[in-house]
Amino acid sequence: MSLLSVRDLTVRFPVRRGWGRKAWLTAVDGVSFDLEAGRTLAIVGESGSGKTTAALAVARLVGAQHGTVRLEGEDFLTLEGEALRRARAAIQVIFQDPYSSLNPRLRAAAIVREPMDSLGTLPRQDRPARAEELFAQVGLRPEQMHLFPHQFSGGQRQRIGIARALATNPRLIICDEAVSALDVAVQAQILNLLRRLQAELGLTYLFISHDLGVVQHMCDDIAVMYMGRIVEQGDRLSVFNDAQHPYTQALLSAVPAVDRARRRQDKRLLIPGDPPDPLNLPPGCNFASRCPRAQDVCRSQAPVLAPAGGHAAACHFPGGETPIPA
Amino acid sequence: MTPLLSVENLRVEMALRDHAAPVIDDLSLTLNAGETLSFVGESGCGKSMTALAIMGLLPDVGRVAGGRILFEGKDMTAMPAPALRRIRGNEISMIFQEPMTSLNPVYTVGEQIAEVLRRHKGLSNRDARARAVELLDQVRIPNAARRVDAYPHEMSGGQRQRVMIAIALSCAPKMLIADEPTTALDVTVQAQIFDLLRDLGRETGTAIILITHDMGAVAEMADRVIVMYAGRKAEDGPVDDVIDTPRHPYTRGLISCVPHLAATLTEDRPELTEVPGIVPPLSAFGADACLFASRCPLADAQCRSRRPPEITFETGQHVACWKADIA
Repeated sequence: MSLLSVRDLTVRFPVRRGWGRKAWLTAVDGVSFDLEAGRTLAIVGESGSGKTTAALAVARLVGAQHGTVRLEGEDFLTLEGEALRRARAAIQVIFQDPYSSLNPRLRAAAIVREPMDSLGTLPRQDRPARAEELFAQVGLRPEQMHLFPHQFSGGQRQRIGIARALATNPRLIICDEAVSALDVAVQAQILNLLRRLQAELGLTYLFISHDLGVVQHMCDDIAVMYMGRIVEQGDRLSVFNDAQHPYTQALLSAVPAVDRARRRQDKRLLIPGDPPDPLNLPPGCNFASRCPRAQDVCRSQAPVLAPAGGHAAACHFPGGETPIPA
Repeated sequence: MTPLLSVENLRVEMALRDHAAPVIDDLSLTLNAGETLSFVGESGCGKSMTALAIMGLLPDVGRVAGGRILFEGKDMTAMPAPALRRIRGNEISMIFQEPMTSLNPVYTVGEQIAEVLRRHKGLSNRDARARAVELLDQVRIPNAARRVDAYPHEMSGGQRQRVMIAIALSCAPKMLIADEPTTALDVTVQAQIFDLLRDLGRETGTAIILITHDMGAVAEMADRVIVMYAGRKAEDGPVDDVIDTPRHPYTRGLISCVPHLAATLTEDRPELTEVPGIVPPLSAFGADACLFASRCPLADAQCRSRRPPEITFETGQHVACWKADIA
């Protein structure tokens, strides 16, 4: 059984459009995935693709309209009261911005203790020792426990954020762009720390990122999102080496490469224009307006995820390096 | 031939509470027409400060304390303000990091492009507007004739950055400084912006200074690269040589600490190289030592007590490191 099993997750936000008219913005549209214990699933996509909203809906930090989130078989979305409070300890989040995600008026030790205090996962007298242990695990010195967030650098703050996420021994950790705000050298320190902790503690990560280089380094499985839907999903090597969806192919080809062999492949797939208006999505495939392979069927029928090239892609014409002439 | 831009022993100081710290310390470089030069380094290494010094836009607490900035042979640091204004925005222009905050929200984008043309090229209102439409079209904004009357908030981030580029290019500058032009943008949009900049460099012979922290972007865009650390040049040289055989340990760290996409991925995922610690605080700049020593795996007593001289290699790389030849 998977640790986490998400089915048909849909998140919609009401948007006011003046003079009392209301529209619905579908940020996450029928997303399903499974995550085995001890593995990392990455969700990638560009801004507005719904990747963060999907992850926050899994953690019940935004409400889902529809769908189920099963954590070890238990439906997390229907829990109430004390059962929900206990279950919350099982899903923790590492946030993107190490500056605004730490309370500036609490000392580092208190920040790390906070989840234990509010979720009551450990007897009160054991909490200071646990905080000390967490500090050591994330590579901070014990004397730093008494400092305030502003006395730390960005990388050290992110370590505090990681310690806080580990505090309740969660089954699942959601890393929401956990290294995007950091300088490259510090980013490497945090990525190594996350992988080391995963190996030592058997952690399971849902890793949200827009950086494909970081994602290929961290993930075991990957889901690519575009305009609220998963367009391609599979294991790391299969998706990166044999992308089937034209959007994934474009995304991969857009990443500037240090590797000269990769640059020489010279198959940059430019996708012109901007994504469609999320309040007024076209019928058919959301990507059709920018897709080099789009045909009439793409503009009328939305493709569903189906097996393609050893994994799954939602495309009427998966694979194919060259555009099919219209 | 005189180079388009030549910076000689530039020193820029910033006033701290008790003393002035050199945020740029003895920097020299040359840039020829049509060439793309890239600055890389972490935040706080003086990349953006170099750009601002060249543009004559240093903040009030900073000043040029030594050296010269020669643009077509004329020293810009000694130039009176009106002469500088004629060059700035006209022959040298700049694209800033944040397309969200660099445009004026109360004017249409067309007006913001036209303003530059009226000011520098003396065009009439009507001609300037017509040219603004052409420029928007050139930076591939769809339906330019209509979008010229749009306000910045009506555009996406990528479109706003393209408007910034249109403004920067409006006077066909000889040199363009792009300070992290794509940091706030998605990769597919970044690819569009890079293609645009590369085409423009090729078509008009505009020299480009690209400031970035992404070695991948350097590899794709630039001819030469300068690696900055703590206000000093750590290494410079032709891009391919620097990436293939980096001589400075900081350059090696910058390249190998980032997980890159390779042509073919394999199961193999080694630990990323860590450059421990962070960039030293401004108050430590200017010391007679290698400022990278505290983070360097090779550092010894000499590194901590004397500033390393610049060594030249036959590949055209210049490296300020005591250990450059043992790598």
